[in-house]
Amino acid sequence: MSAWLLLFLGTPLSLATAQDGPTPVPVVMTTQKAMTALQEGPWPDKKLATDFLLKNGDPSLLPQLEELRSNTNRRVRRLIKPVLNLLKNKAGLASPDKEDRRAAARDLGARGTPEALPVLKEALSDEKEHWVRYDLEEAIQLLNLENADPQVKFSAIQKLGDMRSSAALPILQDLTKQQADNLEQQTLKDEAEKASRLIQKWQDVTRGIEMLLQGLSLGSILLLMALGLAIVFGLMGVINMAHGEMMMIGAYATFVVQETFRMYLGEHLFDYYFFFALPCAFFVAAFIGWILEGTLIRFLYGRPLETLLATWGVGLVMIQTARLIFGDLTAVQAPSWLRGSAQVVVGVQLPYNRLFIILLALFSVAGIYLLLFRTGIGLRVRAVLQNRDMSACLGIPTRKLDAYTFAFGSGLAGLAGSALTMVGNVDPELGRNYIVDSFMVVVAGGVGKLAGTITAAFGIGTLNKLLEPSFGAVYGKVIILVLIILFLQIRPSGLFALKGRHLDS
Amino acid sequence: MTPERSITSRLTAVAAHAGAGPAFWIVGAILFAGVPLLNALPADSFFHVSDFTLNLLGKFFAFAILALGIDLIWGYTGVLSLGHGVFFGLGAYAMGMHLMLGIGTEGVYGNALPDFMVWNQVEELPWFWKPFYSLPFSLAAIVLVPMAAAAIFGYFVFRSRIRGVYFSIITQALALVAWLVFNRNETNLGGTNGLTDFKHIQGFSLNDPSTQLVMYMVTILFLGLAYALCRWITQSRAGRVLIAIRDCEQRVFFSGYSPANYKLFVFVISAGLAGLAGALYVPQVGIITPNQIGVLPSIEMVIWVAVGGRGTLSGAIIGAAGVNFMRSTLTNHFPELWPFFLGGLFIAVVMFFPKGIVGLLRKASAMLPSRKSKVENAAATD
Repeated sequence: MSAWLLLFLGTPLSLATAQDGPTPVPVVMTTQKAMTALQEGPWPDKKLATDFLLKNGDPSLLPQLEELRSNTNRRVRRLIKPVLNLLKNKAGLASPDKEDRRAAARDLGARGTPEALPVLKEALSDEKEHWVRYDLEEAIQLLNLENADPQVKFSAIQKLGDMRSSAALPILQDLTKQQADNLEQQTLKDEAEKASRLIQKWQDVTRGIEMLLQGLSLGSILLLMALGLAIVFGLMGVINMAHGEMMMIGAYATFVVQETFRMYLGEHLFDYYFFFALPCAFFVAAFIGWILEGTLIRFLYGRPLETLLATWGVGLVMIQTARLIFGDLTAVQAPSWLRGSAQVVVGVQLPYNRLFIILLALFSVAGIYLLLFRTGIGLRVRAVLQNRDMSACLGIPTRKLDAYTFAFGSGLAGLAGSALTMVGNVDPELGRNYIVDSFMVVVAGGVGKLAGTITAAFGIGTLNKLLEPSFGAVYGKVIILVLIILFLQIRPSGLFALKGRHLDS
Repeated sequence: MTPERSITSRLTAVAAHAGAGPAFWIVGAILFAGVPLLNALPADSFFHVSDFTLNLLGKFFAFAILALGIDLIWGYTGVLSLGHGVFFGLGAYAMGMHLMLGIGTEGVYGNALPDFMVWNQVEELPWFWKPFYSLPFSLAAIVLVPMAAAAIFGYFVFRSRIRGVYFSIITQALALVAWLVFNRNETNLGGTNGLTDFKHIQGFSLNDPSTQLVMYMVTILFLGLAYALCRWITQSRAGRVLIAIRDCEQRVFFSGYSPANYKLFVFVISAGLAGLAGALYVPQVGIITPNQIGVLPSIEMVIWVAVGGRGTLSGAIIGAAGVNFMRSTLTNHFPELWPFFLGGLFIAVVMFFPKGIVGLLRKASAMLPSRKSKVENAAATD
């Protein structure tokens, strides 16, 4: 009975092989012939042509093949798909842009056929860039995984494990689930298990690194905003609720500079607009801050609650003005040198725009440090911070200093806004999204010490990103608020408060 | 803000303010009975108050109760809370949940569950919704839930001597966080759309003008009670301590009082008033969403009190009703001008008339040579 069944099941299979006919007679192929065969030849010829093109094809055939693909039936389309894929990626591997080369290598690793191996190997021998080499090597080993030779397969598994290749993980995990019939398969299976464990462990590490980087980048934005707030509050006792709107002004200044460049200068100069936009954002915001200080804030010194309300009103007016001028949503196009990302380690990428924000924050901190501790004006600011009346007695023009400081703080917010355009859209309520968080930074960090603000900004930023995966963004924020309130139980005046014996400090 | 002013001069100011008996009853009677009577006039009469206006007034006076609470904590105690929207919201959502369950199977989906839960594929009523079937529980929750929340939050915050702007910032963060949480669908409070589509309250249709008339009168009644409560608190010994805390907390501290306990007490009371206001607001407006309780509305509530005149109870009521009246008028005719107006109000009230409308009125009446105005003038100079 079972023999009959076997025979019955076997029949269609043997029929299928019979249909392909006898082994084809080798014909001397040329590209030209292959192309005509693909267009007009009978099915077996088409297959032969495909095989030939897989081995010897050239990216210059791509337009022809594309045309063929759009004019032919499904079956042929499916037949030539690997050819198209290979040739496209072959072109990609020859590209001068390393991102293109990497994408091509990855694509071949994921979808390529064994015919891609020589192409990849050739590319590898010419390649100098470290991460392109990594991707090429990974692709080669991924293709080797399909190899029938257990030796090759074994070394591929080993290599992929050593490379911590995340692309290989699903395949390796499949391998570990397969039934092992003999010793050879068992060794392969064990090796695959070992490799996938290595990769998984590394993925945990990369997740950690990624979170840290994201936290660092969020912390940098918070820091850029909180620096201005903390200085102004520390020096003048002014809570500037319109600080977020200064940021919005910086963002729109960037937008305007970009549009001006686009309109009046050529495409080749467009990438440089950002060098112009950054100082522009700083000075526009600083100027508006200066005006605000002169017309409103200076009458409210020492009355923080009043300044809070008045500046909130100023913020409302600014938001509505921006909405009437610019509409609801605009976007700034990042210059080309800020697009793309840098590979930090295997599996971790740091987008250039985030890197830029981190650098800008560090640069600002360094600038403020130098300004406060290495210049005459900084000395005076610190004197006023410690004892306003005594400084005034000693001839420091405290009012003038306040105006400069307020303008400087606003300028910093403008800088932050300009940086923010690199990672998100520009809308009139841009500042509102960050104002509460940056105030929390000021509160947790304590007033009057740079170190407190810096620690709190990066602490809150990192904590935010750390809590996000397991609790979600919203509950992460809830937890942070609770943590800050609890923290203030121990240190009511923040991390690094100025030491004093006042009951109020 | 000036600590050098003697506490005795404050006390005389408070005593001077105490004699406002008849005005309270006259205004109360006009609002409670007079306005409904005008509503009963024929529609073409010049003095007719339409159902719509009556409903609007009911909303304004619900806000006035909230403003009284804010005035207690800010105007009298000097603690600026930017998170009162949260307590308002807790009361409003408590009421909203009761009304929502009252819809029963009359919803769009004909399900006993609220429509948004059917939409979110919630199978069973969440546990914290179940008690809200009961009216007594809901009525208690309206006041007690915000008070409990304020007590827990306030205990930790006041204990660690967080004060001044720090307190304001922390409460603003509270408002932001509450807004975020209420916006989530898995909080099971209707997400961004909030609670709406209420049908009836204890069997009376909410669309019926007579129900709305009763709601209006209930609101006025509670406004009167809230006013009396606030008056009682501010006239009492405790009220004097509150004012002293506002003017110089350290002196109160060194006189042997515990400012933290007083502040906590007032904070909890004002949260309860906010909850009550929320509960009265919901049936009259018919919807409560997270956007009505977030950072923006919370800080707006403060400005009502500032416009009316902080530190005076009548000012809180006048401010809440006045600003909201301006709001509904302006947003009807010039919606894009409203933010300018509101922003200008924030600036103007701080810069030019810090004592608000009541302060201006007092200044004006001080021009008239009469005995009464002299007394009020004394009060206005505080």
